[in-house]
Amino acid sequence: MTEALLDVEKLNTWFYTRKGIVKSVRDVSFDLRRGEVLGIVGESGSGKSVTGMSIMGQIDEPGRIVSGSIKLAGEELTTLSFTQMRHYRGKRIAMVFQNPLMTLNPVMRIRDQMFEAIGEHENVARKEIHRRCVDALSAVGIPSPEERLNAYPHELSGGMRQRVVIATALLLGPDMIIADEPTTALDVTIQAQIIYQIRRQIDQRGLGMIWISHDLSTLSELADRIMVMYAGATMEIGTTEEIIGLARHPYTRRLLESVPSRNKPGEKLQQIPGNMPSLLSLGQGCPFASRCERATAICNETVAPTQLSDTHRIWCNHPFED
Amino acid sequence: MQQTILEVQDLSRSFRSGRDPLRRLADWLSGIEPPVVRAVENVTLSISPGETLGVVGESGCGKSTLARMIAGILPISSGRMRFRGEPYESLLSRKRDALKIQMVFQDPLSSLNPRLKVRDIIGEAAVVHGIVPRSKIRDYVADLLARVGLPPEAAGRYPHQFSGGQRQRVGIARALAVNPEILICDEAVAALDVSVQAQVINLFMDIKRDRGLTMVFISHDLGVIRHLCDRVAVMYLGRVVELAKTEDLFAAPTHPYTRMLLEGMPRISLKRREFLPIQGEIPSPLAPPSGCHFHPRCPIATQQCRQVRPELREMAPGHVHRCLNAVAS
Repeated sequence: MTEALLDVEKLNTWFYTRKGIVKSVRDVSFDLRRGEVLGIVGESGSGKSVTGMSIMGQIDEPGRIVSGSIKLAGEELTTLSFTQMRHYRGKRIAMVFQNPLMTLNPVMRIRDQMFEAIGEHENVARKEIHRRCVDALSAVGIPSPEERLNAYPHELSGGMRQRVVIATALLLGPDMIIADEPTTALDVTIQAQIIYQIRRQIDQRGLGMIWISHDLSTLSELADRIMVMYAGATMEIGTTEEIIGLARHPYTRRLLESVPSRNKPGEKLQQIPGNMPSLLSLGQGCPFASRCERATAICNETVAPTQLSDTHRIWCNHPFED
Repeated sequence: MQQTILEVQDLSRSFRSGRDPLRRLADWLSGIEPPVVRAVENVTLSISPGETLGVVGESGCGKSTLARMIAGILPISSGRMRFRGEPYESLLSRKRDALKIQMVFQDPLSSLNPRLKVRDIIGEAAVVHGIVPRSKIRDYVADLLARVGLPPEAAGRYPHQFSGGQRQRVGIARALAVNPEILICDEAVAALDVSVQAQVINLFMDIKRDRGLTMVFISHDLGVIRHLCDRVAVMYLGRVVELAKTEDLFAAPTHPYTRMLLEGMPRISLKRREFLPIQGEIPSPLAPPSGCHFHPRCPIATQQCRQVRPELREMAPGHVHRCLNAVAS
């Protein structure tokens, strides 16, 4: 087995608000290898984005990483100072967000934004920078990249903008990329193009990638492994085959069943009754217990992980048997 | 001929850019035609009572513009619409009858008045138009809330006190309060989480069954459209390119654009996608391609497609498309 590129152990990220402590991420552990796409799926408030931000070292007041470790190629990230972390961001770990218009500076040409990203970390000649920018843009499928370098963000379509953001992320040759809902705002045909190009880059460059999404269908086509999160905790993690085909956790099953294309057209969709519990008042037990049809008294008190295979792990007291 | 509740004929809407009067004067003096976006171009549809028509397409295809025109909240540029045989103009001039067409929007927070309690949001129109007397409004609203799956206490709260899915239910209850006959939903479930989306889709199915409501369901999500709709219209750059019964469209799409959309649709599958996705993007609506709008991205385009604008042709009964070269698959 190849060594893990990223190793997250028992991560806890909490927010100390006036109303109480919001435990957004609780005891989350996973690893990521080179050339692998790990999908993190969950609904709003599941803690998937906070997990990504924690790895990037971008948790701001009133939040902080309370405990746990995040290791990138063996190096601990949680104890780095802000200045030390700056050298990692962009250079070792890059991040892509949902809305490219908020990532890109509206009053700077694409060229200057990409140049700035390199200039921040490396001392190379302008000519070399230019060549690398053009290469990165064509790698993500941008036609006539030379011209696009002179454009402002508003002159590009949504899909093109997101490609520019991804190209910028690739620019410094990072070890891994964290993408938070990167194609959610895009049309299906554009989404398909971008996913295709990203997968190629991952395979060619041996990058690690964490792809955060609420959409199981997209993840099933792209990810090698999937982690399912709910109310700040991991419910189930496994290879894409194990999660899509052999899900054992009641929440994963319910999530899969509520996707329209998995139901017969015209028939009522399987729905999960109730709402997600408040993250302020979570006990020790399984957060899904209040909505779970298999839950018993013990589920409100404790839940232990079960290892089903080398790759497949669930946190449930009463998993499905097959 | 089947009875129809809504007839749309040759409906078009253009938008002129450059509202700046100086700019317009300069353009006029120099004889430049200001650019025009034809957001919706010659759309013809008819909807039977109780039917759900889906309109699907990517951003900029004109589906929301079409929805707003049908809802009567956006003036049309040309064309005709009839509601139960009556021209829209005379329908909309009678305020009470105009209520028969209601709309549910994508973002409930921006379509619900933040300073009104839910009771007033839902009940106001019904009281003003004399559908229920003010004295009975409490029960009326409680009844509507129950129908959309909200507790009666919800009536005393404000929109910001609800979750996204609950707010969308309030938006639906408000639309239902005036007993509409047609409900137009513009991306009504797009902003919701998967499990909440399933709840709201089920609510729409209940409403449809209980009230026999006619619905126009606008969405970019083919999975949702397939689940809810009886017939589907596919739009591309302002034109309807294919229209068919849902099962026919998904089983045997004929227009190359529809095929492309269906192929690009993310599915839950265990196979990693091996296809090469369709290249190119939607061209600018300010300068749409000549002839068939889709020809620059189309795998089967010919010289003719560049010049001739294809008309809607019937492939099979009830299955029309706008393509010169397509054959049934």
